[in-house]
Amino acid sequence: MPLAVETGAAYERVIRPGRAWYRMDWARLFHYRDLLWILVRRDFVARYQQTILGPLWFVVQPLVTTAVFTLVFGRALRTPTDGVPPFLFYLCGMLVWSYFSNVLNSTGSTFTMNAAMFGKVYFPRVVVPLAAVISNLIAFAVQAATFLAVYAGVRLFASGPMGIEANFATLAVLPLLLLQTALFALGCGLLLSALSAKYRDLQHAVPLLVQLWMFATPIIYPLSQLSPKAQWLAAVNPLTSIVELFRLGFFGVGTVGAGHVAFSIGATLVVLGAGFAWFHRVERAVVDTV
Amino acid sequence: MIEVRGVSKRYRLGQIGLTSLRAELERWWQRRRGVDGTGAAVEDFWALRDVSFDVQPGEVMGIIGRNGAGKSTLLKILSEITEPTEGEIRLRGRTASLLEVGTGFHPELSGRENVFLNGAILGMRRAEIVRKFDEIVAFAEVDQFIDTPVKRYSSGMYVRLAFAVAAHLEPEILVVDEVLAVGDHAFQQKCLGKMQDVAQREGRTVLFVSHNMAAVTRLCDRAVHLARGGVVAMGPARKIVGSYLAQATEAKGIWIRPATLARRGKVTFSAVQICNATGAALSVVSQRDPIRVALDCQEHATTTAWVLRVSIYDREGNELLAAQDVGHALARGARPERPVRAGCTFPGALLRPGEYTVGVSACELAGDQAVALYEEIQPVVSFEVSPEGFTGSVAGALMGVVAEWNSLP
Repeated sequence: MPLAVETGAAYERVIRPGRAWYRMDWARLFHYRDLLWILVRRDFVARYQQTILGPLWFVVQPLVTTAVFTLVFGRALRTPTDGVPPFLFYLCGMLVWSYFSNVLNSTGSTFTMNAAMFGKVYFPRVVVPLAAVISNLIAFAVQAATFLAVYAGVRLFASGPMGIEANFATLAVLPLLLLQTALFALGCGLLLSALSAKYRDLQHAVPLLVQLWMFATPIIYPLSQLSPKAQWLAAVNPLTSIVELFRLGFFGVGTVGAGHVAFSIGATLVVLGAGFAWFHRVERAVVDTV
Repeated sequence: MIEVRGVSKRYRLGQIGLTSLRAELERWWQRRRGVDGTGAAVEDFWALRDVSFDVQPGEVMGIIGRNGAGKSTLLKILSEITEPTEGEIRLRGRTASLLEVGTGFHPELSGRENVFLNGAILGMRRAEIVRKFDEIVAFAEVDQFIDTPVKRYSSGMYVRLAFAVAAHLEPEILVVDEVLAVGDHAFQQKCLGKMQDVAQREGRTVLFVSHNMAAVTRLCDRAVHLARGGVVAMGPARKIVGSYLAQATEAKGIWIRPATLARRGKVTFSAVQICNATGAALSVVSQRDPIRVALDCQEHATTTAWVLRVSIYDREGNELLAAQDVGHALARGARPERPVRAGCTFPGALLRPGEYTVGVSACELAGDQAVALYEEIQPVVSFEVSPEGFTGSVAGALMGVVAEWNSLP
């Protein structure tokens, strides 16, 4: 079979112990790009097949949560919202937060959820969390549309000065902020799945931590309400500047400095890099332990 | 081609399964206190030890060996599912491995979507699947149901569709596990035929792991015999199968699960023995006596319906008799975590005097189809049929019925 030998020589693979953690096989990942899109579709269809409301859940969930926040924090506790109508204020924060937490929840248990499949066939494992990042964008898009509808409604029909003025310079960079949110969530998800493959305890701890994280992020309160010292502490969280920038874009109010943004971007890149490296390291022999 | 050089795989027995944060902290604490925390708890187990062999382009190589010999570990390493601890493997050519049919199938998706999903998981490009789509559907014989979610498929349809995707992979190197153990017989034959076609006409390199000695002899040019993680013999398939079956007759009459044999499926065998009508173990059966096989199994997880199967093979690996229990199948799912004892009696006067081996398997059942293999041990025990005077069975035939002769008026 001279033909087989010729094509074979062009395509050689060596399997040996200790693949270096930093050497991702990008060419191979690229080969599996079709799988990425098929998995995105599967995630989406599988989640909403046979539910009555289908993707409408993307709208119902944040609207209900926001309504509860409005009642509890806005009406009952009267938490200030930088002069923005509370419902709109919370809805904007939830837009960022629900995308982040959805990605984190669906990528954080990659190895444990897919153990059966990973034990039977090899493909670059990172395709699975990547697909989750993309499929959750569909939910984000629907929620963004909901938010924009409410936003437009408030601006058109509300009487009196609402104190909201869009900041177009910031609005222009929102796609980049979304990208940053996606990359940060992916980084956290990769780290988490690598860790939870080894320590099952994390499966129970994570939902709790995610909930606490939400309260540590200025979703239901503006950063301006914190003391300067606490503001600095909150800015360690890369999501803080993202949420504040979203609100600066839509409402013209937000507490965010260049230092915060730079730190947030830096932290995102570090988490993403560490996530990829660790995930890749665990991937090599995870089926022996899961 | 495939070059396997000195491949070893070590499992830390202490590390298999779940590690909890607490266990890790305890180990760390013990190390800090100067107590050797790694020594006592961790035991090394070499699933493979210094395995080397070559497979030439266009060659079909069989891998045989008893359960626990390291076949599955070798397959996992070749498929890059796990890493070797030592050694190196070179694969020249596009590789696809098939350790299971229907990996990643999602019940909510339609047959069409699952073909694309499964194909992509196995490494096919979208364009390639589109090109072969009609052929795959025709092979699976599911044309009318291709847009129905696969959860509404009968198990037979499901397995056929899954297999059809796999059968249409076109790599230069194909690594196949015993996936042929499921599905109905006619379809199995169709798949074996397709594999044979591909190997012979298209010159594909195939590595085939199986308990089915007849299939290994038929399909493979050469074979490697593995035992306790090492290569025992390598050579022409017929010869290796012959020497393997001759060696396997060590476990005469009774088999008890060795502690080192890892459990994979939801149901495992703990003991198998040949016995007489009163239940006493024996390894020699008189030609006219019935042959009873007693099986002890253990369910490890909640199972749906499952069946036991017992087969009797001759020394060339031909499956002469096989019996699947139908009566108990449906009742079993209801009592998980309990030992199951079953006896299977073959009528006497069917086999010629000689040496035979028994193989047993437990399969998940859906409808009347075996859909997933929990465990197969083949050969598990051997026995001898002793002659009882002149019975009229003829040498050369596979089986020898003690027939009834009488003169007709």
